[in-house]
Amino acid sequence: MFYNFRIIIGALILPAILSTIISCSKNKGDNHSIQIKGSDTEVNLVQRLSEVYMNKYPTVSISVTGGGSGTGIAALINKQTDLANSSRPMKSAEIDQAKAKGVEPVPIIFALDGLAVITHESLSVNSLNINEVAGIFKGNIKNWKSVGGPDLEISMYGRQSNSGTFVYFRDTVLKGDYAPTVRRMNGTAQIVEAVRKDKAAIGYVGIGYVLIDEGKVISEIKIQKLAKDADSQPVSPRESENVKSGAYPLSRPLFQYTNGIPAGEILEFVQFELSREGQELIENEGYYPITDKHMNHNRSLGIIK
Amino acid sequence: MKLKRFKEKTIHFLFFLAGISAIIILLGIFSMLLFNGIKTFKDVSILNFFFSTVWNPSAYHEPSYGILSMLVSTFMVILGSMVIAVPLGIGTAVYITEVAGTRTQEILKPFIEILAAIPSVVIGFLGIIFVGPLIAGIFNLSNGLNAVNGSILLAVMSLPTIISISEDAIRAVPKEYKEASYALGANRWTTLIRVIIPAAISGIVAAIMLGTGRALGETMTVLMVTGNAPAMPHSFFDSIRTMTATIAIELGEVPYGTTHYYAIFAVGTILFLMSLSVNIIAELVTAKYRTQRT
Repeated sequence: MFYNFRIIIGALILPAILSTIISCSKNKGDNHSIQIKGSDTEVNLVQRLSEVYMNKYPTVSISVTGGGSGTGIAALINKQTDLANSSRPMKSAEIDQAKAKGVEPVPIIFALDGLAVITHESLSVNSLNINEVAGIFKGNIKNWKSVGGPDLEISMYGRQSNSGTFVYFRDTVLKGDYAPTVRRMNGTAQIVEAVRKDKAAIGYVGIGYVLIDEGKVISEIKIQKLAKDADSQPVSPRESENVKSGAYPLSRPLFQYTNGIPAGEILEFVQFELSREGQELIENEGYYPITDKHMNHNRSLGIIK
Repeated sequence: MKLKRFKEKTIHFLFFLAGISAIIILLGIFSMLLFNGIKTFKDVSILNFFFSTVWNPSAYHEPSYGILSMLVSTFMVILGSMVIAVPLGIGTAVYITEVAGTRTQEILKPFIEILAAIPSVVIGFLGIIFVGPLIAGIFNLSNGLNAVNGSILLAVMSLPTIISISEDAIRAVPKEYKEASYALGANRWTTLIRVIIPAAISGIVAAIMLGTGRALGETMTVLMVTGNAPAMPHSFFDSIRTMTATIAIELGEVPYGTTHYYAIFAVGTILFLMSLSVNIIAELVTAKYRTQRT
């Protein structure tokens, strides 16, 4: 008898408890927490920046997650993140979508990335020009022997379509579609892992992923020197001058999008990223500080003075 | 008295609700998939959807929504995994029921159950760091991210299902069959091949179908180890991209309400129908086997 009663009471109370838990988790509260989500190229960098920042200001907590630029932008549009990391500018369709939901995306440029074309260390090819790289990823060049290498069928590794790097590489290098035989890896780290194990591999990754401390390249990886075209001198992205001057053909701005001009904690964090200290950290992590042109862009947004 | 009847009714209703919840959820999922998926065909012809090999929704020029390559990929890993898992699974089941002593059985069975409990992401990781390089080494390939890798791992994952269900089926074969066979002078091997396995065949088929269902729906493992190149595969050493992997990769970033969005639901609908039919076949076969027994 009593036992039955307990079951009924339990059945009534349980949903009540559950709904309370759910409503609590929805309620974000104002405990100085910043959510950052998006680009896999940026995730390690922003994590490092936020660690240093949190050490300086222990009351602020910042959580940084990856998933790809598309994922971050989708989260910004759905108001699920404060900052969206993106390694590509938002598409106009995405901006329209954001505006339809009352989100006003603001593009902050906080770092420059050199995109590295990597191969296995044992490969005898040391430099490529952009047309060759495009030919390989479009599937027109199938064997390393066509670009002065050994007689080996090329295996290509790229990102999935939710990656900003996927889009950037397609739009600036390929100017066309990827060959369907390009393996679509789950993240940048997986490309690096695959290339390390594959003697016929070629892949593209943010340079921060293949450099360890003091600018050394991680083992079994070779960073290809790249030339703008067949007549230009191939240059390495490892010298930051080449990237800043634009001699290295694959450098791109890294974005962080906010909903409206940021204020409070978020603004302070962004200003920290753009400060001299922040930019030095960025350089230490294997990326490049932004140029005056990008600084002026941020100034025009009203983020910094 | 009244209170008691009220309580009875309430409890009855609550259990009824619990009982039919599975049906409600299933119908809900199916209608959600179908209503979203069907909108694909406003922009994509059915012929193109099923028979084009090019799946490229985020194209530079013209997007394309053909699922043939991923259908073939999905069938390839299922076939590959079953080629490995069926003989191995039935062999294990026969060994446990007919050959092994009680001690061995007691040791073996928990291990098989533990195998079923390994998370798919762990198995996928194993595929990347161990099975992949092994395949590359044996077959002299530059890498091991291909259909063979996926097949091997899916075989491992569907083994526990196949083993435990065919084991039950073999155990359910009446003792008299075996005794009659021995009485006629057949040895153990002949008895096994000619009497026990044929008697248990519907249960074994059900086991295989449920194993197939496991392989069909598995996502994380194949996503991690098959390379996910969307090209039409020509051999088991090519990289493949299954339907489950495509959904997992693309659903996270697809803009709501676009053709791409609906196309992913359409792929999900096809996948749902496939796994539903596999399960229905398994169910029918098992039902038949139950009526035979009684």
